[in-house]
Amino acid sequence: MSAKRQFRIWRGDETGGDLQDYMVEVNEGEVVLDVIHRLQATDAPDLACRWNCKAGKCGSCSMEINGKPRLGCMTRMSTFGDEETVTVTPLRTFPVIRDLVTDVSFNYEKARETPAFAPPADVAPGDYRMQQVDVERSQEFRKCIECFLCQTVCHVIRDHDENKQAFSGPRYFIRAAELDMHPLDSRTDRKEYAQAEQGLGFCNITKCCTEVCPEHIKITDNGIIPMKERVVDRRYDPLVWLGSKIFRRGETPQTSVTTARQGSATPGSARGGVHSHAGGSHDPRAEAQAQSGVNWHREVPHPTAPSVDDRGKLPLTELTFDRAAAPSPFGDDVTFPLPPEHLNFAHPEQDNKH
Amino acid sequence: MTTTTRIERHHYDVVVIGAGGAGLRAAIEARLAGKKTAIISKSLFGKAHTVMAEGGAAAAMGNVNSRDNWQVHFRDTMRGGKFLNNFRMAELHAKESPQRIWELETYGALFDRTKDGKISQRNFGGHEYPRLAHVGDRTGLELIRTLQQKIVSLQQEDQREFGSYDARIRVFSETTITELLLDGDRVAGAFGYYRESGEFVLFEAPAVVLATGGVGRSYKVTSNSWEYTGDGHALALRAGATLINMEFLQFHPTGMVWPPSVKGILVTESVRGDGGVLKNSDGKRFMFDYVPDVFRKQYAETEEEADRWYTDPDNNRRPPELLPRDEVARAINSEVKAGRGSPAGGVFLDIASRRSADEIRRRLPSMYHQFKELADVDITAEPMEVGPTCHYVMGGVEVDPDSGAAFGHVRGLFAAGEVSGGMHGSNRLGGNSLSDLLVFGKRAGGHAASYADGLAARPKVAVDAVEAAVETALAPLQRDTGESPYTLQQDLQVVMGDLVGIIRREGELADALRRLAELRERVAKVSAFGGRRYNPGWHLALDLRNMLVVSECTAKAALERQESRGGHTREDYPAMEPKWRQVNLVCSLDGDTVQLTRKPLPKMRPELIGLFDRAELGKYLTDEELADFDALVADAGEADNR
Repeated sequence: MSAKRQFRIWRGDETGGDLQDYMVEVNEGEVVLDVIHRLQATDAPDLACRWNCKAGKCGSCSMEINGKPRLGCMTRMSTFGDEETVTVTPLRTFPVIRDLVTDVSFNYEKARETPAFAPPADVAPGDYRMQQVDVERSQEFRKCIECFLCQTVCHVIRDHDENKQAFSGPRYFIRAAELDMHPLDSRTDRKEYAQAEQGLGFCNITKCCTEVCPEHIKITDNGIIPMKERVVDRRYDPLVWLGSKIFRRGETPQTSVTTARQGSATPGSARGGVHSHAGGSHDPRAEAQAQSGVNWHREVPHPTAPSVDDRGKLPLTELTFDRAAAPSPFGDDVTFPLPPEHLNFAHPEQDNKH
Repeated sequence: MTTTTRIERHHYDVVVIGAGGAGLRAAIEARLAGKKTAIISKSLFGKAHTVMAEGGAAAAMGNVNSRDNWQVHFRDTMRGGKFLNNFRMAELHAKESPQRIWELETYGALFDRTKDGKISQRNFGGHEYPRLAHVGDRTGLELIRTLQQKIVSLQQEDQREFGSYDARIRVFSETTITELLLDGDRVAGAFGYYRESGEFVLFEAPAVVLATGGVGRSYKVTSNSWEYTGDGHALALRAGATLINMEFLQFHPTGMVWPPSVKGILVTESVRGDGGVLKNSDGKRFMFDYVPDVFRKQYAETEEEADRWYTDPDNNRRPPELLPRDEVARAINSEVKAGRGSPAGGVFLDIASRRSADEIRRRLPSMYHQFKELADVDITAEPMEVGPTCHYVMGGVEVDPDSGAAFGHVRGLFAAGEVSGGMHGSNRLGGNSLSDLLVFGKRAGGHAASYADGLAARPKVAVDAVEAAVETALAPLQRDTGESPYTLQQDLQVVMGDLVGIIRREGELADALRRLAELRERVAKVSAFGGRRYNPGWHLALDLRNMLVVSECTAKAALERQESRGGHTREDYPAMEPKWRQVNLVCSLDGDTVQLTRKPLPKMRPELIGLFDRAELGKYLTDEELADFDALVADAGEADNR
């Protein structure tokens, strides 16, 4: 059973190019990569496209199909409607070499910068002993086939070349996580490294990487978030941080978080629509603080869930998305500049005026 | 026109062609020996075909059964190869593979574990004890990633010491070598092109390690990736080296033939081990008709008995679906030729009607997910269409077992992995290829380094040889009258698949040679459309030349060997002949014609042949060899008595 189907494929190189239309025969049971191979054998012998195993194991045939980053060998034609045009474009985050082939050397540079496994000094080859349960956590990340779909989908670098210098991307966060969780790795600074050198802090956990991973690695839940949490544990314990702020300002310890929260619980929770980082309050001292520019007790809007589609997923598909770039990491409903009363900012000279 | 003066040149001590397991291990060894090393990869770094290996890496570590040791592994390997293996390679492999696996752990590999925390080992066909170190069903990926990351860590050392990651080991990804360049009989360099830009590049190096893998892309149905075009085999031939055992190709009996998205992909033997049966288009379970006499006693005669075996293997005989790979493949082939095949030209492998969906998902999780995701085939609901798929080539560059140095009249050329021949004899055991890569990759890399050390003067690349290589490489782009490379590849695949496939006949092989000669003329006139920048049509046009010469070697050797053994089955000579066991068929190139010569196998050392019992040797050896063996045993007995 075969039929002619409409394909639109981006052809060109670094100097430019455009989508070209092809009518191509598609047989039952084929995937997008089969169709591209047929095009190479017929209408477009020089159509450039990477591939190797054609079994979802090597991660070579990464491309964007109808706007979504996917593996060509794992995208079945039966998932499209009979009349649907299939649009195939190169990975958007990386520079085009030709047609569907992009220059992915960014990833190999980041790989080289990530410190390698550090073997334990006193264990001879053959004497490594590890429990299955302990190796499994790292094994999940070692399933990675380096298709770089998570790298291309990540909004931190997808339309922001300027972030590439400072940001390694999800692939290398899970590499750091893998080594961090390796039972016998002798380095202890994997998390700090991820934070300081890989730009882990740029990630605001939109989970697009997890969404596109063909190996179903839980990149954010099992890799990035644990790395962030532990980085936070060490560097940003909120009590320590807040305490140091308060004491530096010469206040008494009575404004500790617990006290403030107890005193303010009623109004905030009664309305249900607002909450407060430090416990919403209307007491005079808080008002005074607010006037001096630092309002620890201000009521801030509840974080709202991002808008999702009918499958409960984030819109990754630019073709159907209502704007040109990725969603704002601050939420699309936030406009800049923010109103000054919503900022926790104390001018260095403000105290002197009072 | 590009002139040789404008070609990018690099100087290295060792150039490794191929970035799979063998290539990366060789490069690591050469770099550790202090040599400036280049790795040439046809694909991106880390995409090599090694990632496809599922089962594991065989190494007699004895973690699961402490009775396992190198002698048992050696015996299994020789048996698997039907005693045609180079015994020294099988010996080195069995002795050294445990160290090579343990070494991977120091590079960061994470194998599955036993309860006491050691590397877990699994059972596999042909291995007497559980022996395969594994990581789920993605052991090959783990191996590649580990070696890749070890190379990165060496580069990081160089960065600290010399300020450059590439100071002593550099990966040239998406680069294809089209020609080896010689100075007299010594390797002087390698010439190729960057796939991305189409620009040429010349590596000047006294030592070259070939690690280019196999030849499967010459076949219609194959589990191999596009890279497997026999480049290393052909480069070696053209440089004056020899190939052995090229008639032996391993066909896996159950590769998917439908749908096209998964054509060639293996369906693991455990589907049959867990209750899957083979049926023809009449719905008949046909394997009962194909039990050879020698196996008659071990295999069930009725479906009822066969079905009882799954739950009670002690009191029932095995189902005939579990006959050795070549028997199953032959049976499928016969059914299809008799017109009882499936619509796509295979037979039906049915587990859906025999086991509950839950049980199938539990016992075969990766098979279930693979076919569900890649092809939307639900193996719990419908039968699979399967047929033989080309999987591995046992033959390859004839090498010195200890050093991996190529035989023939060339020096400075080394080979390791699938591209080398001899280790696996006529048939490879599952799991022996991953350990083969590590053992002989390390050896080839180390010996290439010491060869480079021992040279008084560097061989020089001749300018006219480079000009000739440029001309050859550009020719397909400059012709516009020839045929498309895709058409030619399809035609080659038809010839090899239909006439030099799993079951071979004299008439068909002779016909294949005639057709290959015709194809040779057509390939010489191939034309590629488009420019030089990442042009897959041009790349294929250049690969065709290699595929063709290697196919000729296979067809010639298959016609010559008048017996059936391992990966070579002749319908007109169905028996294994002890006299043929003493013979290796050696291919070389004279001008552009493939020459075939016979060469005796090296004789196994007494302490090694003494590991086998006489009854087993009786199946393989000639009467004279058996008499020698008896004399040996008698001598040993006398020595004991004295």
